[in-house]
Amino acid sequence: MNISKETVKYISNLARIELTEEEIEKFSLQLNDILRYIEQLKEIDITNISPTAHILPISNVKRSDEPRSSLKIDEVLKNAPQKEGLFFKVPKVIE
Amino acid sequence: MNRIPIGIRLNLKFDMEFETVIGLEVHVHLKTKTKAFCGCSTEFGNEPNTQTCPVCLGLPGSLPVLNEKALEYAVKVALALDCSAQEFIKFDRKNYFYPDLPKNYQISQYDMPIGLNGFLEIDLDKERKKIRIKRVHLEEDAGKLIHKQDGAYSLVDYNRCGIALLEIVSEPNINSPQEAFEYLKNLKLIIQYLEVSDCDMEKGSLRCDANISLRPKGEKGLGVKTELKNMNSFKGVRLALEYEVKRQKDLLSNGKKIIQDTRLWDENKQLTFSMRTKEEAHDYRYFPDPDLAPFTLSKEFITRIKDDIPELPQQKIENYVKDGDLTRKEAGEIASDKNLSLIYEQCIDIYREPKKMYNWLTGPVLAYVNDRKKSIADLNLEPKELAKLIQYVSNGKLNNTAAKDALFSMLDEVKDIDTIIKEKGLTQVSNEGELEEFIERVLKENSQSVQDFLSGKENAIMFLVGQTMKLSKGKANPKKVKEIILRRLRDVS
Ligand SMILES: [Zn+2]
Repeated sequence: MNISKETVKYISNLARIELTEEEIEKFSLQLNDILRYIEQLKEIDITNISPTAHILPISNVKRSDEPRSSLKIDEVLKNAPQKEGLFFKVPKVIE
Repeated sequence: MNRIPIGIRLNLKFDMEFETVIGLEVHVHLKTKTKAFCGCSTEFGNEPNTQTCPVCLGLPGSLPVLNEKALEYAVKVALALDCSAQEFIKFDRKNYFYPDLPKNYQISQYDMPIGLNGFLEIDLDKERKKIRIKRVHLEEDAGKLIHKQDGAYSLVDYNRCGIALLEIVSEPNINSPQEAFEYLKNLKLIIQYLEVSDCDMEKGSLRCDANISLRPKGEKGLGVKTELKNMNSFKGVRLALEYEVKRQKDLLSNGKKIIQDTRLWDENKQLTFSMRTKEEAHDYRYFPDPDLAPFTLSKEFITRIKDDIPELPQQKIENYVKDGDLTRKEAGEIASDKNLSLIYEQCIDIYREPKKMYNWLTGPVLAYVNDRKKSIADLNLEPKELAKLIQYVSNGKLNNTAAKDALFSMLDEVKDIDTIIKEKGLTQVSNEGELEEFIERVLKENSQSVQDFLSGKENAIMFLVGQTMKLSKGKANPKKVKEIILRRLRDVS
C-alpha cells in the first residue's frame, strides 16, 4: 500500500483540513511510514481470533427510557458562532 | 465478423421487455420517550433546540448511553420481520459533514446490525409474494435544517437530532411500483401493530427512499440504478417509481444509458430530477464507535421480546378467513387497523356472525369515523353494545335505518344501546294493528300510486312502502309493511 499525494489530498478533503503542497508531501511520507509499521501486524496468525469490536472488556451498557432535563436554551446556544432566535445559524450548505 | 444488419440488431433491442428491480430503505422513528443515546425528550413540535444536551449536541467529553427501550423496540421489529436474531451487535460511526449532524458522524450500525435476512409477505392479484429484508439496524436521526428563502444561510434545530431511528432495508426483489406500495403498507401495519412507532409520514416519523433499475427480462445482473428521495406519502412513492420506470425505459429503448444518481421527486410537477451530488460525499469511513460498548443479546432476552409480539395482521387475516368465512380481501380490511381488528374479535366472541360484523364495521362504523373525523382508537365503541345492536337488527327489533341512527347516537352520546333505543323510541314497529293505521293513511293519500300498482306498475309498491316508513319516522318494519300493503291491494283487486 502506497499513500500517494492524491490520496492525502482526498483524505484531507474528507476531513475538511486544508493542506499546503509541502504538508501534502510530508504527510504522504509519514502516512506511508505508519502504514508500513502497521503492515507488520499482518505477520501474526489470527485465524482463530475474532475481530475486536471494543477495546474494553465491557458490554451491554444501557439506560432506562427516563427523560432527563435538557440544557437551558442560553447554554445550548452559548458557544454557537452565530444564532438567530432559538436556532443555530450556519452558512448555506449545498449537499 | 458479425454479418447481421445493424437495423435488425437494433430492432431486437427496441422490442426488449424490461423487468423492474426496486429496493426500499425505510426509516421509522421509534416511539421512545427519550432519544437513542441521551435523556432528552422526543416530543414533537416544541421550541427549537430546547430538547438538546451535550450528548446530542456533540459537545466534547460527552458520552452516549443506549436507551434500552430503543434496543427492545428494534429487536421486536427485527423479529416480527422474521430476521434471524443477532446475539452480538455493535454501533459504528458513519462519518460525513453536514450541519444537521453536530458530531460530524452519525451513530449507526455497519456490519453487525440488529437483524439480518428477514422477509415480509404481500398480497398480489393472484398470489402472495415474499419480499426479502436484508437488514434492520438502529441509528440516530439528524437535526432539522431550515433553508432561508434568500438562500444566504440556514437555521438548525437539533430537537430531532439523536431520536432513535430504525432503518429497514429490503433486498431488491420488489418488481413493480405496486409491489413497493403493498410492501410499505404491510411494513407500516406491522410496525403499528407492534406499537413501536406512529409511522406518520407527514410528521416525518416514517420516511422512504427507493432504489430502482431496469434490466432486460430474464437477465440476472442488475442494471444501473437511480436513488429516489423526497416522497411524502406511499402514493408519492408509487408515483415516483412509475415515473422512473417510464423514464428509464424510454432511455434504454432508445439505446441511451442510465446515469447513476440521486433524484428528488417533485410532487407538484409529478417528476423526478437529478440532485447532482458529489460522488466523494459517499465515503463514510465506518468504524466501531469507541464510545459505545457492544451488546450481547441473551437467548432469554430475545425470547422475552418474541413472546411480547402480538398476533400480526397476516396471521389475523388467515384466522378470519378460516374461522369467519370472510374473503381474504374482507379480512384484510378488518386487519388493516389493529383497533378495528380488536373490536371485530370481541364482537364475534359475543355474537358469532362474522359477515354481519364485517358489514357493520366497514360500513356504518367507518362511516361514523370518517364523518366525525375520529380515529378508531378514540371511538367510544363497546363491542358488547355493537354486538347487541346487530342482534336487534337480526331479530327484527330495529330496522337498518334506525339501527344506523342508534349507532351514531350511541357513539356521540356514549350511552348503551338500550338507553338510546328507549330515549329515541326507535324500536321497530312490527305490530300489525299499529302498521295498519299508517298504511291506511298512506293508501288514502296516494291513490294515484295505488291505481298505478293496480294497473300493473309493480314499482309503485316501493313508493307506498317508503311513504309508510316516512310516516312511522323510520320505525316500521319494512318487510311487514310490504306484506300488508300487498295483501290489502290484492283484496281490492
Ligand atoms: Zn440530548
